[in-house]
Amino acid sequence: MKITYAIKRKLLQFIAFGCSNAHLLNFKGGKIYTGKWKQFCNPGLNCYSCPAAGFACPIGALQAVNGSRQFSFSFYVAGLLLAFGVLLGRAVCGWLCPFGLLQELIHKIPSPKRKLKKGFLYIKYVVLVVFVLILPVAATDYMGMGKPAFCQYICPAGTLEGGLFLLAAHESLRKAVGALFSLKMAILVLTLAGCVFFYRFFCRTLCPLGAIYGLFNKISIFRLEVDRHKCVGCGKCKEVCGMEVDPVKTPDSAECIRCGACADVCPTGSVCIGFSTQRKKV
Amino acid sequence: MKTKLRIAGLLTAFSFIIYGLMRGEASVVLNKAVNICLECIGLG
Repeated sequence: MKITYAIKRKLLQFIAFGCSNAHLLNFKGGKIYTGKWKQFCNPGLNCYSCPAAGFACPIGALQAVNGSRQFSFSFYVAGLLLAFGVLLGRAVCGWLCPFGLLQELIHKIPSPKRKLKKGFLYIKYVVLVVFVLILPVAATDYMGMGKPAFCQYICPAGTLEGGLFLLAAHESLRKAVGALFSLKMAILVLTLAGCVFFYRFFCRTLCPLGAIYGLFNKISIFRLEVDRHKCVGCGKCKEVCGMEVDPVKTPDSAECIRCGACADVCPTGSVCIGFSTQRKKV
Repeated sequence: MKTKLRIAGLLTAFSFIIYGLMRGEASVVLNKAVNICLECIGLG
């Protein structure tokens, strides 16, 4: 049996999901992990208020440091994101992100599958700039502290992984539920419904982490390459791509999550992904 | 050109990480991550 990229990727996605969320016993008491490992960031989106989470969410951490009294920019988190980006680009989304895996599993629910209009792809850049970079620094309280606006108003991963489990376990938290929670629940429901019909709906429309990693796809060491001498132009790669990328025309597209579906389906083996591929000059 | 950009990117990344660690950013991250984030769960 040929071990395809699809098999390798699914295996690694589940391993990454398990490593990111190893503290399963915390679900029982509605606690969260409080050990030293939480000063390190997960490469993918995974809420640090999820009871099982073992690492910090990079987007939450970025906002927390940028909005803190001591600092207005996080070199630590920006450095981590830069390192992950240069090494892997959006392969982080495709191979390591726990919320990405959840979206893919939801997309397996039988339903008519739709294509996303291109304009929706730009929303995530607005979300990144406004909610992650500007608001936590600009909208501060009297003590000079900003709030993590993306987590507060948008992040469906926090509502799903943290909110629902913690609210189920703590009556005191349930009493504090208000309009903000309703807004976040509405975004979560819309996101999950979107994921049923559109492949990785959240990644493509709202995820600021995907927006950051996408910027590195042009230079990332883990890359996708097409040997144009071997390509017969059958178009199967474009047809199979869930992210609606044409790997032959734009192998470095910011939307490509390096899933390898195109490489699996290519009849001539002209598409390959990895660290040591060799692009042929046309 | 891409190789130079990659090397520059990685060097910048590691410089940022070390500088951030030296000025204590990791403790801010830890402090945020070990407490229930009310904003994240929709209560903040």
